[in-house]
Amino acid sequence: MTLSLAETFVQLLYLAASILFVLGLRDLGDAQTARRGVLLAEVGMVAAVAGTLLYGVGVSGVIVRWEWIVGALLIGSAVGTGMGLWIPMTKMPERIALSHAFGGLAVGLVGVVEYLEHGGARMSTLQITATGLEVALGALTFTGSLMAFGKLQGFITGRPVTYAGQNASNMAMIAGTLGLIGLLVYQPDAAWAFYVVATLGVLLGVLLVLPIGGADMPVVICLLNSYAGLAAAATGFALGNNVLIICGALDGFSGFLLGMMMSKAMNRSFSNVLFGAFGAAPEVKAVTEGAAPAGPAPNVGSVEEAAEVLRAARSVIVVPGYGMAVSQAQHAVRDLANVLQTHGCEVRYAIHPVAGRMPGHMNVLLAEANVPYDHLFDLDVINDDFSATDVALVVGANDVVNPAARSNQSSPIYGMPILAADMAKTCVVLKRSLNTGFAGIENELFVRSNTMMVLGDAKKTLTQFTAALKE
Amino acid sequence: MSLTLIFGLYVFFLAAFTGYQVISKVPHLLHTPLMAFTNAISGISLVGSLLAAGGHYGGLSTVLGAVAVLAASINVVGGFLITDRMLRMFKKKGGAR
Repeated sequence: MTLSLAETFVQLLYLAASILFVLGLRDLGDAQTARRGVLLAEVGMVAAVAGTLLYGVGVSGVIVRWEWIVGALLIGSAVGTGMGLWIPMTKMPERIALSHAFGGLAVGLVGVVEYLEHGGARMSTLQITATGLEVALGALTFTGSLMAFGKLQGFITGRPVTYAGQNASNMAMIAGTLGLIGLLVYQPDAAWAFYVVATLGVLLGVLLVLPIGGADMPVVICLLNSYAGLAAAATGFALGNNVLIICGALDGFSGFLLGMMMSKAMNRSFSNVLFGAFGAAPEVKAVTEGAAPAGPAPNVGSVEEAAEVLRAARSVIVVPGYGMAVSQAQHAVRDLANVLQTHGCEVRYAIHPVAGRMPGHMNVLLAEANVPYDHLFDLDVINDDFSATDVALVVGANDVVNPAARSNQSSPIYGMPILAADMAKTCVVLKRSLNTGFAGIENELFVRSNTMMVLGDAKKTLTQFTAALKE
Repeated sequence: MSLTLIFGLYVFFLAAFTGYQVISKVPHLLHTPLMAFTNAISGISLVGSLLAAGGHYGGLSTVLGAVAVLAASINVVGGFLITDRMLRMFKKKGGAR
């Protein structure tokens, strides 16, 4: 099959776009070159979209109605620009979840249009299989991401929602979806099966995210990222478009890889995160604990006492967690660090891979507050340094510093690598209240003799520390 | 199995391996920008949406296609902008670049 000159040109544009995307990703491997990578990918994107439009309108005549396209592109670009420029960094997990929802929606709808217009019977085996997978994954990503968004925003309870037979019924639905796609291969014109596949995808998105607790959001967001990519790749197979297959594979694999890293950082398997309904077990435990006498009381200190500890410190490691994001305390952290540094104190930051609600959440927040990224350290790099550190300042982190992960075999987080904040000479913990954290697990760190709890809003407390140290 | 499928699978798996090599080198520091970035480039599904919205199709297909164009273009434009906005914030010691 020989392509016309115009077709060749468009295909070469797609090839160039694919290469630019891969080069862009490579540049993202280093903070120094990352922005150049974004630029490369932008050029690739513009080339691919412009090529498609010019070719579709001017040469092949496949695109005959441009008013809808122009309208949708303009509105979409305006909304995208607004979201891109004005969403606060603390809302980044929500924005990422929403963007997966949009991605799933776009891909799912394209699949439905393909089926509507090219009729089942006229589709090849490859096209119908790919379209079925595309619609199922797209629908699942759409509703699943909306669920994740709702959980992050607090519209939906962050606690795992479980019921009897949950995993079995979900498995049955997944099997049913795959079975119906199989049926479509043999009876491509069975439209009912196609729409049942789409509906099952919509339902599965809701049901699969329902039992996953808020603290497991990093893994879920990665997985939804992966599904969005795989759905795009399926579209590429259905349309015979390589650049879609390539981007889908990159996106799908990236999400999968990040998800694996997150699971590993929690010492749990993928399936345990997805089907383990984390947090359900501790709820039972909490009931028994309510009846039993409480353990040793936590050592609650005043702002002044904690400020004195900080004043005497020569080295501080800050351990940020989701609480820092909730209280938007990143700038207050930076201000305190500035004052400490003027006193000659060394300030570093220890970032746990699953701190926050998505991979890299804490890094972005601290970057926003102008913390130089060479002051941020990964768990494996900094963990041995805690024992030689005067103060570990825990800002809204809980599970990632819970020593039960090291010692208590019955703890649901046993075996998870944690930051050794308890090894510091003094551990100052900023926490809203003495209630158990999101996962409902007791934290032994809070009752250790070298721990001082300072209760209240983290941002307010940090500002008070800064004021006290300036005196 | 058609040859098209075989070619497609080659492309898919080679891209996946390339992705593995490249993405595993991205430091933890940049994982959030990475997600925003991959999300933006998978907005390339816009190419498919454009054909769906602009084709000589029935009214329902055109509307669904237009919604797809809308959603995909939000991701492309918003995704790149937000990735760049995040990356601008990452500074090494020594203050502003």
